[in-house]
Amino acid sequence: MRHTKVVTLEEAIVKSGLKDGMTISFHHHFRGGDKVVNLVVAKLAEMGFKNLHLAASSLSDVHAPLIDHIKNGVITKISTSGLRGELANEISHGLLKEPVVFRSHGGRGSAIASGELHIDVAFLGASSCDELGNASGCPRSENAKSICGSLGYALPDAKYADHVVILTDDLVAYPNVPKSISACDVESVVVVDSVGDSSKISSGAIRDSKNPRDILLAKQAAKVIINSGYFKEGFSIQTGTGGASLAAVKYIRESMIEKGIHASFALGGITAHMVKLHEEGLIGRLIDVQSFDKVAAESIAKDQLHQEVSAVEYASADHVGSAVHALDIVILSALEVDVNFNVNVLVGSDGIIRGAIGGHPDTAEDSALSIIVCPLLRGRIPCVVPKVTTLITPGKGVDVVVTEYGIAVNPARPEIAERLKAAGLKVVDIHELAAKARSIIGEPDALPFGDKVVGIVMDRHGKVLDEIRNIVD
Amino acid sequence: MEIKNAVAGTLESGDIMIQIAPGEGLQVDLQSSVAAQFGRQIKAVITETLQGLGIDNASVKATDKGALDCTIRARVTAAAVRATGKDVWKD
Amino acid sequence: MMFVPGNNPGMMADAHIYGPDSIMLDLEDSVTMAEKDAARLLVHNALKSIDFGGTEMVVRINPLNTPYGKKDVEAVVKAGVDVIRMPKTETADEVRELEAEIIKVETELGCVGRTLIMAAIESALGVVNAYEIATASKRMMGIALGAEDYSANLKTQRTPGGAELLLARESIVVAARAAGIACFDTVYSNLDDMETFRKEVELIKTLGFDGKSIINPRQIEVVNEVFAPSQKDIDKALRIIAAIKEAQAKGSGVIAVNGKMVDRPVVIRAERTVALAIASGILDKEEAL
Repeated sequence: MRHTKVVTLEEAIVKSGLKDGMTISFHHHFRGGDKVVNLVVAKLAEMGFKNLHLAASSLSDVHAPLIDHIKNGVITKISTSGLRGELANEISHGLLKEPVVFRSHGGRGSAIASGELHIDVAFLGASSCDELGNASGCPRSENAKSICGSLGYALPDAKYADHVVILTDDLVAYPNVPKSISACDVESVVVVDSVGDSSKISSGAIRDSKNPRDILLAKQAAKVIINSGYFKEGFSIQTGTGGASLAAVKYIRESMIEKGIHASFALGGITAHMVKLHEEGLIGRLIDVQSFDKVAAESIAKDQLHQEVSAVEYASADHVGSAVHALDIVILSALEVDVNFNVNVLVGSDGIIRGAIGGHPDTAEDSALSIIVCPLLRGRIPCVVPKVTTLITPGKGVDVVVTEYGIAVNPARPEIAERLKAAGLKVVDIHELAAKARSIIGEPDALPFGDKVVGIVMDRHGKVLDEIRNIVD
Repeated sequence: MEIKNAVAGTLESGDIMIQIAPGEGLQVDLQSSVAAQFGRQIKAVITETLQGLGIDNASVKATDKGALDCTIRARVTAAAVRATGKDVWKD
Repeated sequence: MMFVPGNNPGMMADAHIYGPDSIMLDLEDSVTMAEKDAARLLVHNALKSIDFGGTEMVVRINPLNTPYGKKDVEAVVKAGVDVIRMPKTETADEVRELEAEIIKVETELGCVGRTLIMAAIESALGVVNAYEIATASKRMMGIALGAEDYSANLKTQRTPGGAELLLARESIVVAARAAGIACFDTVYSNLDDMETFRKEVELIKTLGFDGKSIINPRQIEVVNEVFAPSQKDIDKALRIIAAIKEAQAKGSGVIAVNGKMVDRPVVIRAERTVALAIASGILDKEEAL
């Protein structure tokens, strides 16, 4: 090789020209198994950087070490889709001076593309990469250690960041094709022991459930879809990561086989369930922004009809060509839904941040039919409430709410309510569900919010939708 | 009423564990994931249940896993019966 | 009839959302001796406070000859339980003894006659005495087979085909029918073998049972599917019931459908079909009226 971009992490940082106050970015394709954020930020701290803006596509429990870097002033601002665990807890209690900026996946893609979110240096983990920076989430050698499949959330960063550093734990011979990220967009390649633990991708947010309540909800959701009027030859579908929405796929599959109906494509986070339907010929194509498990990651590596998309191509509101505009049906979960069909997926009912916006508002708004599946109660915590703690997805994009106590349909969609009633499903007023929840658990006290704004929720069009205040113990 | 140390309930989801010990007045130490929204109510149910059983002096440690009021009443009563040796049912 | 352990508040609170016809909160085998007092209080408070959505509530108490049985009766009758299930019933006298305990508590409450009794038959002696047990009290609403204890008592074990239970099952159905009360089959515990479970449900439906005891919501769908009448049966039943109404309106004692006389058993079967169709969610209640 006449030329190589392989350097040490420190050399890459020096070469990038990173300065205090600049913006660094990361992707979250390894989810709970991510090792890149902690590794890079520790190095930046060691090199004495301060006041950095960390713009990740999402953050999770595994990023608790950031707490110390925030306390030491290395990181003073965060943009992300979500926060979980101890980091989220600390931030909810006012750890950061500046509020965290929360965006949906589509919103982040648009913000990066438009320059509203400018990235100075992107540090992007890749399962395989050659010396020039052609990078992929797929394994390309027998030494492959960490496989994440799609690199969809990293693609806007790779395209628009001023400087791109690829971190990989499997340096392969040129040319590493097919590639997700092109060498033309990459300045440095850093070889590390491990970029992530693939086995932890499907842990955390995603559960495969044997819980009878999830199964009940999944069956109801499947019945809603089958009788919605949108379940016909060539339909398209996306499912969220809740146990019930994943399980719903199983029941939809049975009905597809029985009625001889095929889907044109499945979108978004792709799971083993979707791969199975695709391989059985029930789903034509898989449009994958994020591979949610090992099966999906292996499928995208070998199957031409299983394609990667960037966050922009997936869910941008600004691009009429983005895939969500062609989406018929989406099944989503929720922490809270209110009587105006507004949804919260970010802040727990204790006022503490414990989730991620993900593609929720993007898909709910642009799909033809959006279905929220959530239990009426989680223990003593109500999920159908008079008003959501934090507004993430406005009710105008939400069509149906499925609970174990009945199905509520947005009054703006009377035709759907009629179809579901005709199919014998129990359609109820959403106010009844909220009242039922109250009758079981009692009237909760107001949350002890303080005056400090710890988070700002941006809508997918770049406007402020809501703000999150600190919680006082 | 004289009481000794007693426990009732479990740490499973939807349950509450009540530990009763001798004390001055009624003191309730509550640990709950829903403390912000329901802590006041949970403590009130515990206190009312104990007073209803004639117990005005006890130290209570409650570890709540999202129990409903009827479960809290049942567990507090069970702990109280075990602490006092006096059952609420006829023999 | 779905069994729910009596010391598990999380399972109790939402048991009814799965749509069982009845819920049996258990104070007996699923509760350890050390927790009998706590479970009794839990079941008492749950029955008083939780809205089970109109589901029939049954509590399986401990035998009256244990230190727990009488307290169980007091606790659940005071909480307004629909049915008390007596375990390991062997003689009619035991039923009458339970009835006397119930009357004691009901008298105190001023609601004599409210609580019904279901007897579980779990031994050879119980099977032999099934008819006497079934007719021991006006409160008897049904008898049920408890197969684990029964097969142990027979000195055999349960098999997938259930040959060892055949006589007990038939005896219980016959006794229940002779007494004019309901009969329920035993539980099937292997949740992962839905196929054998379905076969067992098909068998007991053929034998004449009114229902099956289940241990998990996942089993409900199979029972409903097996017991659900076909659309053809429902249509026919609705025609017969319409004819009855027509006959009653005319003041006529003779009921005819399509020009044929309808016998009393046919009417009973039609009513049962419609009731089953409503219970299985196939038929709307208003549609049936």
